[in-house]
Amino acid sequence: MPGKLKVKIVAGRHLPVMDRASDLTDAFVEVKFGNTTFKTDVYLKSLNPQWNSEWFKFEVDDEDLQDEPLQITVLDHDTYSANDAIGKVYIDIDPLLYSEAATVISGWFPIYDTIHGIRGEINVVVKVDLFNDLNRFRQSSCGVKFFCTTSIPKCYRAVIIHGFVEELVVNEDPEYQWIDRIRTPRASNEARQRLISLMSGELQRKIGLKVLEMRGNAVVGYLQCFDLEGESGLVVRAIGTACTLDKLSSPAAFLPACNSPSKEMKEIPFNEDPNPNTHSSGPSTPLKNQTYSFSPSKSYSRQSSSSDTDLSLTPKTGMGSGSAGKEGGPFKALLRQQTQSALEQRGGSPHRFCRRREFPFFTLTAFPPGFLVHVGGVVSARSVKLLDRIHNPAFVGIMGNTRSYKLLDWNSFNSDEPETRDAWWAEIRQEIKSHAKALGCHAVVGYSESTSICEEVCILSASGTAAVLNPRFLQDGTVEGCLEQRLEENLSIRCGFCHIPYDELNMPFPAHLTYCYNCRKQKVPDVLFTTIDLPTDATVIGKGCLIQARLCRLKKKAQAEANATAISNLLPFMEYEVHTQLMNKLKLKGMNALFGLRIQITVGENMLMGLASATGVYLAALPTPGGIQIAGKTPNDGSYEQHISHMQKKINDTIAKNKELYEINPPEISEEIIGSPIPEPRQRSRLLRSQSESSDEVTELDLSHGKKDAFVLEIDDTDAMEDVHSLLTDVPPPSGFYSCNTEIMPGINNWTSEIQMFTSVRVIRLSSLNLTNQALNKNFNDLCENLLKSLYFKLRSMIPCCLCHVNFTVSLPEDELIQVTVTAVAITFDKNQALQTTKTPVEKSLQRASTDNEELLQFPLELCSDSLPSHPFPPVKEHLESASSNSGIPAAQRATSVDYSSFADRCSSWIELIKLKAQTIRRGSIKTTVTVEKASPVGDGNFRNRSAPPCANSTVGVVKMTPLSFIPGAKITKYLGIINMFFIRETTSLREEGGVSGFLHAFIAEVFAMVRAHVAALGGNAVVSYIMKQCVFMENPNKNQAQCLINVSGDAVVFVRESDLEVVSSQQPTTNCQSSCTEGEVTT
Amino acid sequence: MTSELDIFVGNTTLIDEDVYRLWLDGYSVTDAVALRVRSGILEQTGATAAVLQSDTMDHYRTFHMLERLLHIPPSRQALLIERYPGPARPPFLSFVGGYYAFDEAFVREVLGKKLSKGTKKDLDDISTKTGITLKSCRRQFDNFKRVFKVVEEMRGSLVDNIQQHFLLSDRLARDYAAIVFFANNRFETGKKKLQYLSFGDFAFCAELMIQNWTLGAVGEAPIDPDSQMDDMDMDLDKEFLQDLKELKVLVADKDLLDLHKSLVCTALRGKLGVFSEMEANFKNLSRGLVNVAAKLTHNKDVRDLFVDLVEKFVEPCRSDHWPLSDVRFFLNQYSASVHSLDGFRHQALWDRYMGTLRGCLLRLYHD
Repeated sequence: MPGKLKVKIVAGRHLPVMDRASDLTDAFVEVKFGNTTFKTDVYLKSLNPQWNSEWFKFEVDDEDLQDEPLQITVLDHDTYSANDAIGKVYIDIDPLLYSEAATVISGWFPIYDTIHGIRGEINVVVKVDLFNDLNRFRQSSCGVKFFCTTSIPKCYRAVIIHGFVEELVVNEDPEYQWIDRIRTPRASNEARQRLISLMSGELQRKIGLKVLEMRGNAVVGYLQCFDLEGESGLVVRAIGTACTLDKLSSPAAFLPACNSPSKEMKEIPFNEDPNPNTHSSGPSTPLKNQTYSFSPSKSYSRQSSSSDTDLSLTPKTGMGSGSAGKEGGPFKALLRQQTQSALEQRGGSPHRFCRRREFPFFTLTAFPPGFLVHVGGVVSARSVKLLDRIHNPAFVGIMGNTRSYKLLDWNSFNSDEPETRDAWWAEIRQEIKSHAKALGCHAVVGYSESTSICEEVCILSASGTAAVLNPRFLQDGTVEGCLEQRLEENLSIRCGFCHIPYDELNMPFPAHLTYCYNCRKQKVPDVLFTTIDLPTDATVIGKGCLIQARLCRLKKKAQAEANATAISNLLPFMEYEVHTQLMNKLKLKGMNALFGLRIQITVGENMLMGLASATGVYLAALPTPGGIQIAGKTPNDGSYEQHISHMQKKINDTIAKNKELYEINPPEISEEIIGSPIPEPRQRSRLLRSQSESSDEVTELDLSHGKKDAFVLEIDDTDAMEDVHSLLTDVPPPSGFYSCNTEIMPGINNWTSEIQMFTSVRVIRLSSLNLTNQALNKNFNDLCENLLKSLYFKLRSMIPCCLCHVNFTVSLPEDELIQVTVTAVAITFDKNQALQTTKTPVEKSLQRASTDNEELLQFPLELCSDSLPSHPFPPVKEHLESASSNSGIPAAQRATSVDYSSFADRCSSWIELIKLKAQTIRRGSIKTTVTVEKASPVGDGNFRNRSAPPCANSTVGVVKMTPLSFIPGAKITKYLGIINMFFIRETTSLREEGGVSGFLHAFIAEVFAMVRAHVAALGGNAVVSYIMKQCVFMENPNKNQAQCLINVSGDAVVFVRESDLEVVSSQQPTTNCQSSCTEGEVTT
Repeated sequence: MTSELDIFVGNTTLIDEDVYRLWLDGYSVTDAVALRVRSGILEQTGATAAVLQSDTMDHYRTFHMLERLLHIPPSRQALLIERYPGPARPPFLSFVGGYYAFDEAFVREVLGKKLSKGTKKDLDDISTKTGITLKSCRRQFDNFKRVFKVVEEMRGSLVDNIQQHFLLSDRLARDYAAIVFFANNRFETGKKKLQYLSFGDFAFCAELMIQNWTLGAVGEAPIDPDSQMDDMDMDLDKEFLQDLKELKVLVADKDLLDLHKSLVCTALRGKLGVFSEMEANFKNLSRGLVNVAAKLTHNKDVRDLFVDLVEKFVEPCRSDHWPLSDVRFFLNQYSASVHSLDGFRHQALWDRYMGTLRGCLLRLYHD
């Protein structure tokens, strides 16, 4: 009983009218945790009730604290009939369980109803008292920090990066239970939301346990996904990288524990315990699973034809020439051995810890300097599985019980189920591991897993980048001195990671190697594909760009096994074509490396979709890419020849144009290595279809047209023609725009502080008649291109800017529907790089401060620029400028002096604001330290008259959201915990809510609002590494209905503007996201 | 390939002011796209028509959603900010500001009219007459009505009430206060001879009247709680209007009138370009001004206040080509000299009346 949860319900506001007669509401609140429920008094007849409840205290296991969400239900009291629910709030109290994170959750939470959306807000305070219990790590894993960020969080240092942790839990989907037929959609949605909340809590706890076993204290790159398998259940799975992190301000805090982990492990008391998990609610699947991992039993999947393929694009190792080269071979062997042993050693004792060792995977995409030694190339594996239907009436019966969701240990009911899923993934991971080995690598970095489900067919995919890592980070500095030295030497070269990780003489497939263009000593491949972010120390020439390969393939509708077979047969061809497209587009851009590669294959009823996104760059260490050569099959036809040469010219022009656009001017190297623009015949990329454990066939597929040059496009049929055309139809972004799917754009480093995160969703309906692959491809291509164009257009006011972390997700919700979801963040940057760098720090900070101010002004400025010229009120801009340079008050006075008759100042909101602020100040109703938000007429006008107490989040600015792990121009000072939220929204009045677009738009806006509210309640002012992991949208326009599920996650953080850090001294400990300049204004 | 769904949702809401204006002006999506194409935006940005269409639709949807939130009880507009924050907070205000902004041509048509359903039928006519789309007319009219309804029941400063409940700027709130004040007192503004006056002129007068002639102006809250029937800022001070009858003595008493005239004439002799005309017209003008005051007890005459002022004062002066400076001299002297009239006992009343009237007349006196 090691924890006491305390909850206080303070007040509500903006509640909906529940009693039509009085236009008011008699609201009360139910607070539920686990099996315990408390109620507040009914606050009669008010839309802004003040409950001011006592502290509701729950005495619970910390295991429950981790699993269960706090559930707050707001109801309308009804004397005669049943009380009507207004809505609910689920609060994940996990952030309160680690010592350094939030200490209290307090703020206004939107009250959410799955049918009506947000209905008012409720002010809640939550605290947890954890009792120190020596044994507490047995069942629970309180204290393990979780980060969605796929790099070492900014204010921490990685002491040890332990490695891969994974876990999955399975349950029946409440939507598919028999009871769903008799309960309301609301009840069903809520059951689902609650179940998923519970399952993710449990998942997190179990992962935490594994981390503790490994002697780690954090999970970085935590990625949790839901597989909605329909009738066969609901799978929640998560992967992450266990680390031992050290807070930067307190060095060495964790060092003692880590110095000799293997030794210590033996000393851990519970290590002797044969089953450390006996106290948990059941045998936990992962531990049991260890024995199964390598013997996937086919019996559970009727069909497991695996079409696992390996995209080993760029293998080849070189024994270097010269002195370094001579030693290179043995050294590499030594290094490999060392790493291997490090990885194995980390496994610790043979039984318990070896499981982990099986998969030397890292979900990180960015690494501490020196961590990455060599990068081999992308490894990926896919597997097609059939989902089994589960019949288990016994389980359903128990689901009626309120406590039923606790029964997640499926084992007691259906002992095969999680093992099946675990085995599937183990199989795939094993495959990835062997691919990595084939590339001479011992580890896989930038690792991720995904699924695509359609009916009973499920494609499991995993991909990552094979790499050789520096063992120093994997263990504890036991690396022999000489090796370390050598490593350091090696790492000191910034091109090191490009060098091929293995033996040139032993290449399993041919590749074209050259000496590194940087160091001239080691061999490098001609192109490099990776799933990670560009290492910070890599030398890049010019700028990068987003490169996408898009592909559709029709397939026959089929059932079960036939369907799975059809998909398996199509997959290798899709992989190959996606790869070819990527390669061609990369050449067309004049670049030689891809980062952040993500290939998504989506399965639908009658088609397969492939979408690969990556960021192309020109790595200085790799050779200049050759051009693209077009060759015709019928060389005797004169007009055909002409056509070909015309195309060739167009392609060459495009390459030249792209080189200019992305500023790719590699220094000319006079040596002979450069070779002809047409690559030598040896040069090719190759797709290896390797043997997977579950398939007996051992075929090797040379996907590079046999002996033909990979970069000679042969126009022998309309297909190829179309390919060439599609190559040329990709339009570059308008000037001033860049885009990439990595964290930041290679080649741009002068970011300014303005960010705009967005989500865009598009669904198109294909005309069902005579769909051909070509037509489909064109439609899909147009869809993606138009989407990008729309984004550029929408964000044109931010130029110059870069769309970062562009993330495309494709799904096929119905037969003829294609849904594309894009999330990204637009960041502005400063064009005059030189200017910025020559400035002194002081100037710089001043500049920053004024930039901040401009950011505040940005909107009104925008307003004025286009819309005002015809109005008799043009000097607004001047006011604004002077306002920004001085303080607001003079501007306000000037504004008041403007002739009263010029009333048409629709846009002078800035002046309005200043005036209002000035008035407020004169009234003396605000304290001098409040932020500008609070002083704004909104806060003032609205809350002054209301009895509601001043709310916490009204003092914080808009909570920033970004998919990146950082906030430009700001420093993250604290991580408050992960945000992992799952929402369902359903409507039966689709038309009234503005159709599908209106419905989804409102829902996403609500999700944003709820994320912001939760972050604010934790005391944060931003969420980083934000990701919308799922957006499942279903509609039935005939019934006027629609349903949508959204799953988002991110890290809640506190950040401080660098300008604030510099200008304002420590007197302002609480973060204020507005500039100090603005604040000065308020205080005057 | 048809687009089923197409949305863009930012963490902060981007509002394209051009599109917002088109939306406020009541253009359909198709018209708006056509207008945007004509503005040359495609050439500037290199976008395609499809992109423009999608962008416009998206903005219209956003505006529509924001509008819906604006229409829920105004006090709950904080929701708007929570759900659709701008890059900073001001955009929200400018959204509201834009939404509540109105066209001069439109407001001149409805100023002083009853804001009830009857007038709505006239919106069609106004739309044809002014060239403002019906949609836009309806929005503006509904805004007037909404504001009127909310502040009608409230006590305290009219401008403050509007500002707080509708989150409007100071200037816009004052404009609305004028509109509400005019609608409440039903001042006639549509007559042909008043056509030369702008909304700004009326708003100026309204503000002066609110400041001086209403109950709120006196600064004392009604002692009797039942007397809340009178809105402090919206209704003219009935007692004051009643008292204004007393001013009649100024023109009824011939001696007083003559004395008044001679005082004014002595003071202004040589200073006025139109002295002779003034001298000749003094009694007419004075009679006009005082009679306007005396008649204000009747609602109908209150409505005709502006018509009377223009007829009785502005027009005679204008026909004699008084320069504005002379009008100012005259009015100053005219109201000041009353203090020297020993037989006149209603100095304070006179000041309250004439102080405001002088301001109004000066504003109304132009071509």
